[in-house]
Amino acid sequence: MKRIGVFVCHCGTNIANTVDCAKVAETAKDFPGVVFACDYKYMCAEPGQVMIQEAIREHNLDGYVVAACSPRMHEPTFRKCAERAGMNPYMVEQVNIREQCSWVHADKTKGTDKSIDITRMGVAKVAQNEPLFSTTIPVTKRALVIGAGIAGIQAAIDIADAGYPVTLLDREHSMGGKMAQVDKTFPTLDCSACILTPKMVEAAQHPNIEIVTYAEVQAVDGFVGNFDVTIRKKARYVDVDKCTGCGLCSEKCPKKVASEFEMNLGTRKAIYVPFPQAVPNKPVIDAKNCRFLVEGKCGVCKKVCPTGAVDFEQKDELIVERFGSIVVATGFEQFDISKYEEYGAGRIPDVITGLHLERLMNASGPTMGKIKRPSDGKVPEKIVFIKCVGSRDEAKGRSYCSRACCMYVAKHATLIKEKIPTSKSYIFYMDVRTAGKNYEEFYTRAQNEYDAQYVRGRVSKIFQVGDKLIVRGEDSLLGRPVEIEADLVVLAAGMDPQQDAKDLARTLGISYDQHGWFTEAHPKLRPVETHTAGIFLAGACQGPKDIPDSVAQASAAAVKAAGLLSKKELTAEAQTARCDEAYCSGCGLCVSICPYKAIELKRISERVHGGTRERQVSSVNQGLCQGCGACSVACPSSAMNLKGFSNDQILAEVDALCQR
Amino acid sequence: MRYGLYPGCSASGTGIEYGLSTKAVARRLGIELVEIPDWNCCGASSAHNRDHLLSIALPARNLALAEQAGLTDIAIPCAACYQRMKASERAVADEAERREVAEVIEMEIKGTAKARALLEVFANDLDPETLQKAVVKPLNGLKVACYYGCLLVKPAELAIDSPENPMMMDRLISALGATPVDWAYKTECCGGSLAITRPYAAVGMTAQVLKYAKLAGADCIATPCPLCTSNLDMRQKEAEKVLGMELGLPIYYFTELMGAAFGLPAEELGINRHFTEATALIKKPAAPAPAER
Repeated sequence: MKRIGVFVCHCGTNIANTVDCAKVAETAKDFPGVVFACDYKYMCAEPGQVMIQEAIREHNLDGYVVAACSPRMHEPTFRKCAERAGMNPYMVEQVNIREQCSWVHADKTKGTDKSIDITRMGVAKVAQNEPLFSTTIPVTKRALVIGAGIAGIQAAIDIADAGYPVTLLDREHSMGGKMAQVDKTFPTLDCSACILTPKMVEAAQHPNIEIVTYAEVQAVDGFVGNFDVTIRKKARYVDVDKCTGCGLCSEKCPKKVASEFEMNLGTRKAIYVPFPQAVPNKPVIDAKNCRFLVEGKCGVCKKVCPTGAVDFEQKDELIVERFGSIVVATGFEQFDISKYEEYGAGRIPDVITGLHLERLMNASGPTMGKIKRPSDGKVPEKIVFIKCVGSRDEAKGRSYCSRACCMYVAKHATLIKEKIPTSKSYIFYMDVRTAGKNYEEFYTRAQNEYDAQYVRGRVSKIFQVGDKLIVRGEDSLLGRPVEIEADLVVLAAGMDPQQDAKDLARTLGISYDQHGWFTEAHPKLRPVETHTAGIFLAGACQGPKDIPDSVAQASAAAVKAAGLLSKKELTAEAQTARCDEAYCSGCGLCVSICPYKAIELKRISERVHGGTRERQVSSVNQGLCQGCGACSVACPSSAMNLKGFSNDQILAEVDALCQR
Repeated sequence: MRYGLYPGCSASGTGIEYGLSTKAVARRLGIELVEIPDWNCCGASSAHNRDHLLSIALPARNLALAEQAGLTDIAIPCAACYQRMKASERAVADEAERREVAEVIEMEIKGTAKARALLEVFANDLDPETLQKAVVKPLNGLKVACYYGCLLVKPAELAIDSPENPMMMDRLISALGATPVDWAYKTECCGGSLAITRPYAAVGMTAQVLKYAKLAGADCIATPCPLCTSNLDMRQKEAEKVLGMELGLPIYYFTELMGAAFGLPAEELGINRHFTEATALIKKPAAPAPAER
């Protein structure tokens, strides 16, 4: 029989208040196999761990149970503790008497009884435990960063600076993301392009970074350290190696269409570079609007190109490359304001969004930085801002706060006053949220020095009368309706996840929340990791973020990714599935149910009655298996067992509970 | 096409033109409207302020009667009636509520009769060809402010169209050859419920609706609601005083405009019964279609 120890933790008063820890330890002494039991205030603290290690040596323990908090919190701590005392780390079981007992039971007797029960189960399980040993897997020392906005760029530069090759991928023609569309940034009011462009150039010229634009991730296979990523490089119809970026093609192209980069406020050609500072500064042909590709006529760009770079025959190209880690930095989309019909969004041309205004204020934008109304080009005098459009609105929008709008509206009000000194801004708000370094000061300055008038209340309706926009709302501080005749209305549209974020999540095998934001492994303690080992999150793809937060998270993700790449080899999960070939009938149920594609069928030959016969059995790839246990549950013949959670171990727990 | 008809009280009283024109237009379109036998008041203006069960049970009886008569789609001209009937239809979809109501009205309700706004029936169910064929005197050049009021589009769960920018009537009016104007007061309240208790407040609200229709360049207003119509039509003179501007806006039920476009005489449609003179605009010889440019 195994010699088992039991250690009951008080977790300060967290457990001890509603569980009689001493009684749990005292009762545990009588459980089969238990040779030592005690309780202590903090088992996870240094003295607690020393106590455990001493007990292991003194009582020659084969395994132990720690009755404490959730294994999610401290299982690694107690496994390491065992290892230091020379015990196999998988001879440890942690039972949760905090979340499952003290926190959910007000009655101390009930809490104590339940703690005793689950400790008894833990002891029964440990008695069945066997030492487990991890295997190792090699690491491909390259990283893939998906999305080349400010977060992706920062992550790529940081990983590259750490000495590892990085592929930085974006589905648009140029790097830059949303930040490239922004005019100035809060709270410093430095020009967005002036701080972004050098970063783009730095990434483009970095010897360790390869930029792949106009490309999308199509499929991801493999596992941490060895992801095989299929990338679709979309046809640009321009040979980037031959192109010098002279711009003659765009100049001569006869087809003009609305520019997405300019939020449809300006135009571009069918062969174009989205904005002047684009990197790479090579044009792309928009196949939907190119006269040659649609009608077979024109081809002017091909005629004028001095280097013969235009290639109408180009096709999409698929490449497969292996990466050790992946950073996802796909960012956000602006909330679609057309859901707010009462604001005339989409119908009234002078009701625009924050991003539209950014383009109107930008020196290289469609109006050369002069703020003009889209309808008639007049310079607006009275401007109304409406905050939280699409944010904090469960009826029509999203339930969450988009975090950046309060600040960008304060910025807009400041900049408008600078550009049009006679103008007046009114800002309708629910709350003003300025949680960031120097943010509150910036907001106060917009009010005091730039005369932005904040009105607390919601706008119910906007409509056009003549060339004025009537904004009707409520001033909830005065408690009465207000009406403002405005020249321009700017809706501070919130942030939405990318429309196809869920597809990408499925491709990568990461999870997302009800809105479509990618989910981090732990909201506080693992904010840049996903539940899938080797895949990290940076920037607004995880939730609304401003530039400073995105950059900070990108660097954090980069450290995680580089840390992974710095390892010679990775330790694979030891608690993986194991197939007992003797029982396996080769039905393949486990193959289809495995979410990590870790199980394959293989053929084995065995000797039966003097002869040999071939048959089919399951085989688990230990590198891919994440130990979820789905296969063990599905297996009709109990051939599939999860190491550390075998059928025998779980039945022993059930027996222990029933025999009390 | 065969529909049940719930005329409500207004069709033979304050909104008699609505009742007349509805029947005339349906006849012309070959739509059979079968009046629900022994129908009762829907309780629109007061029941829901008194008692929930009463407000649900009154319309439920009408729905139950319609079911017994084998009617499935009930066309309801009055917007207030529509809203109460729809609310009742929704409420009795709930098992417990249905049992309670059935006990009160002493009739079984299966839920097979559906409340439909007359506007919805004409705008959505009618095939465009039948409508085009019926239009013999297109209302070319007539600029119409389509006024939906609140009851057909709010609350959103009962709405027949977008609560903020409905377009159903606009499309129907366009099909008649007229030009719907783009204006902002389509669904703003006319103050109907304050008309008796606080008439001054009601006139103020009515005046705003009229003012913005006028500013949008409308020649007239089209409505699907007898309450709105009496406010806009009857109180127009008072509204003119409040606003200090001349209005002179005829207020038509959309069915009257349909009838006019079908070439039916004004008397048959009830157009001669309006407070604000409305026959001249309709009797005018059809303006020539604008020349192609």
